[in-house]
Amino acid sequence: MKYAIILLAILGFSFAPQQYPNADTIIKNIDDNMYSNSLISTSKMTIYGKRNNRTITSKSYTQGSTKSFTEYLAPAREKGTKMLKLEDKLWIYSPSSDRTIQISGHMLKQSLMGSDLSYEDMMDERELTDIYNAKVTGSEVIDGRKAWVIALTAKVTDATYAKQKVWVDQERYVPLRQDMIAKSGKLLKRVTLSNVQKISGRWFPKKMNYKDMLKQGKGTDFEFVSIQFNPKIPVHIFSKASLKK
Amino acid sequence: MIKFLFKGILRDKSRSLLPIIITAIGVSLTVFLSGYIRGAMGDMIDLNARFETGHMKVMTQPYLKNKDQMPNDLALLEVSDLMDKLNLDFPEISWEKRVRFGGLVDSPDSTGLTKSQGPAAGLAIDLFSENSKEVDRMNLAPAIVQGRIPQKAGEALISEDFSQKIKAGLGDDVTFVGSTMNGSMAFQNFNIVGTVRFGSAAMDKGAIIIDITDAQNILDMEDGAGEVLGYFPNDVYDNDEAEAIAASFNADYKDSEDEFAPIMQSLKQQNGLASLLDYADVMSGMFVAIFVFAMSIVLWNTGLLGGLRRYQEYGIRLALGEAKGHIYKMMISEAVLIGILGSILGSIIGLAGVYALQVYGIDISQFAPQNNMLMPNIIRAKVTPDLFYIGFIPGVFAMVLGTALSGIGIYKRETATLFKELEV
Repeated sequence: MKYAIILLAILGFSFAPQQYPNADTIIKNIDDNMYSNSLISTSKMTIYGKRNNRTITSKSYTQGSTKSFTEYLAPAREKGTKMLKLEDKLWIYSPSSDRTIQISGHMLKQSLMGSDLSYEDMMDERELTDIYNAKVTGSEVIDGRKAWVIALTAKVTDATYAKQKVWVDQERYVPLRQDMIAKSGKLLKRVTLSNVQKISGRWFPKKMNYKDMLKQGKGTDFEFVSIQFNPKIPVHIFSKASLKK
Repeated sequence: MIKFLFKGILRDKSRSLLPIIITAIGVSLTVFLSGYIRGAMGDMIDLNARFETGHMKVMTQPYLKNKDQMPNDLALLEVSDLMDKLNLDFPEISWEKRVRFGGLVDSPDSTGLTKSQGPAAGLAIDLFSENSKEVDRMNLAPAIVQGRIPQKAGEALISEDFSQKIKAGLGDDVTFVGSTMNGSMAFQNFNIVGTVRFGSAAMDKGAIIIDITDAQNILDMEDGAGEVLGYFPNDVYDNDEAEAIAASFNADYKDSEDEFAPIMQSLKQQNGLASLLDYADVMSGMFVAIFVFAMSIVLWNTGLLGGLRRYQEYGIRLALGEAKGHIYKMMISEAVLIGILGSILGSIIGLAGVYALQVYGIDISQFAPQNNMLMPNIIRAKVTPDLFYIGFIPGVFAMVLGTALSGIGIYKRETATLFKELEV
């Protein structure tokens, strides 16, 4: 009888629901790692085409979730092209035509420079906690790292993606993989994050692969060459006048 | 004999008027509807050939699979060599390079910032070469609403509706924003030198037309083209010949390991036009079949009524010793004459209707304002040689068939009972 009670107790424990940490705490920790009040970065974007590959270098300045400015440095075809985002508006300056053009509406869903990223992907700088409700749904191992699997559901109407499934490093609290999902449940994009390094006291993935699941190909690699968290950025950077400078 | 029957038909109108009217109605409907379908389909196919499909089109194989997306990253490269080969192998065909591209056309305000903009469907054709037939083929000169055809690089035509939408008129500069063949951003300023209206909602919504060399420069398509279109001499499509040329061309690349090997398709193989052409043929055939069936039943019935009315006449003729077969032959001969008269009248009425619809057309633009299909805004019928007999032969046939069925009753009459029947 005693053994039977012990056996039942063991079985009972083994079938008890697994205890997951609070999802809101996890995505708050992700936001603390991935987002900052301001950011200056230099990055390389490698676009794998069907006939050739291109690597585009750019320097970006970001202030909060509403202001960002990007200048393309290389190759020659893109050099001097600049983008300015203020709130939900995006302007692009092209030196070849010497024109500043506002991109809006459905054009924001178009590919950025032939990459697997859209303008919307690039523009959305909001923290996860501002956009999504979170729920931990499991635990998996990704590239040898233990990860929480989190289901995100948009709580705002203007989210770029209605749902996300995120695999979060259980130790470092950085996403290792993000599946971007439409309201219908269709998988639209997959972001694979790697080369996680400790920068300025926070864990940060320096390399990301964006894969548009509706297109064939290897996707687009996005790699930070240098990154500064919370630098002071002059206000004039985020003005239309800086596009033509 | 014919004169005798003819006099009988004319003098005894109760014998001929109703069958002639019925035959004429059936024939005129057949001719009119066949002419309408032929005209509508013909216009649609002609529009597709001129703007999109050519009589034959060469693309790369991956471009063909994604052609609705205008995938210029999959375009033909070293297209000069390909054109040389096509001109050598098929010298009677006129081969033309074209680039289709999508993007945004942005109209600036006085400060250079965006005033208005809209999505554009770009088409680059050979506008500047002396020997180019593209300007005529695209009917550009008659389509011009304002201005002129581009004469040098950096000039563009846009559709009249699009120019009003983006508030940019003659002499204004607009900026095209799109993607190069490699995916880079493409920005190019164009001066609007003319506006056009093609009469197709799909083309008039957001068309911008530039020279092919401009497109090659903007889209980084050096010696490249999205498509090479082939046209028969006099721009008259011959499906058998087109399919033979396509098969011959494709055989050269059958074993090619090049992922971007070219492939040729005939007009009928593109844009679902095969089903449209077959649909037109089936519909015409159905009109004729329904007409013959329905008219035969009506004329059978009419023949029976006529037979009843002429019951006494046939009885007397039989009593006088005329052979049943002779009376039957006379009835059939009479039916042929009535059928010919009804069919001539019906063909004249039908052809007049077709001609009227060919000249005036039916404007369907208000019914399809958002139509993306390449079809004309005004549907017109077309007078074709086959309309002169497409209703005529079934008209005569239906009349003869109806009379033949009703006339069988002659053979059921017994000579022995004739006098009793006639109450003589």
